[in-house]
Amino acid sequence: MKRVAAMMLLVAAPAVAVDARRSGFDDMSPQLQAMQRDDAANPAMLWVKDGEAMWGRECVRCHGDAATSMRGVATRYPSFDAATQRPITLGQRLATHQRTTSLSPESDALLGIEGYVALQSRGLPIAPPDDPRLQPFRERGEQLFRRRMGQLDLSCAQCHDDHAGQRLGGSTIPQAHPTGYPQYRLEWQAMASLQRRLRSCMNGVRAEPFEYAAPEFAELEIYLKARAAGMRIEAPALRP
Amino acid sequence: MARALITMPATAKRGEVIEIRTLIAHPMETGYRPGADGAILPRNVIHRFTCHYDNVLVFSAELFPAVAANPFIAFSTVATASGTLRFVWSGDQGFTQTETASLAVT
Repeated sequence: MKRVAAMMLLVAAPAVAVDARRSGFDDMSPQLQAMQRDDAANPAMLWVKDGEAMWGRECVRCHGDAATSMRGVATRYPSFDAATQRPITLGQRLATHQRTTSLSPESDALLGIEGYVALQSRGLPIAPPDDPRLQPFRERGEQLFRRRMGQLDLSCAQCHDDHAGQRLGGSTIPQAHPTGYPQYRLEWQAMASLQRRLRSCMNGVRAEPFEYAAPEFAELEIYLKARAAGMRIEAPALRP
Repeated sequence: MARALITMPATAKRGEVIEIRTLIAHPMETGYRPGADGAILPRNVIHRFTCHYDNVLVFSAELFPAVAANPFIAFSTVATASGTLRFVWSGDQGFTQTETASLAVT
């Protein structure tokens, strides 16, 4: 066990030297890390299997094998949607796609198909599209990230930039890199999207959360993805 | 909609100990929690899990409201002969789910 830990340290050391960014995965206990690594133990795979079945029913006729057609897709979202002239998240894209229009936000079916699509990008680096039309939205997202909100009058940045790695109650404050969404959250005992995570954070600072699929969420996500550019997708992740 | 994942080897040598891991989607509602409207949510838990190997009971477990949602159960058995393993989860509100997996023993 000690030897394994020492080997993992050796593997991890060079990466830390060049990149101080940490995924929430790095702050988890070895037991939870093992649970995420093992698809037989990660409950997120229950949703993903449903997504795979939906892919077989609805998507495969046009898009073929997801392992090839959807590889890398999740690394590029949110991307620019020409129809609405706004950034669109992967979940919203799937929810408004012609074969899957009836999927409501945060429904098991949407989380399943989103998880299945995101799974095809597992291990690939987050690669935000180099699209100048996205720039104003990314800047608005950064403003949101730094804006104080709620009765506690806290911004995202005050915890996740200034105090990341320290403790809030019993938990380590993560650096807020969206590497594993949608992910299974043990506390919620359910699969959850990034928007549910953000809404819960807003509740935590006693702010009124944005509605699901609100434009602010796409803006925040696009900033967070730029902040996490190059980090590897680990969807569907598991978090405490 | 209930889903289950079963992870076990498809083949094994005679006498080998094989590990079987099961995961099932289930809310495991305790019966003690109020819902959004303040009314207590009715209890909905799995009470019993069994595994039969060629109709012989090789493993069973009783589950209680303290068990988390989507219970994960791992156990091992000895591969004796090629056959079918039948997994049954049963619980409140008439819940029952059966899955099967086949094992080839060489």
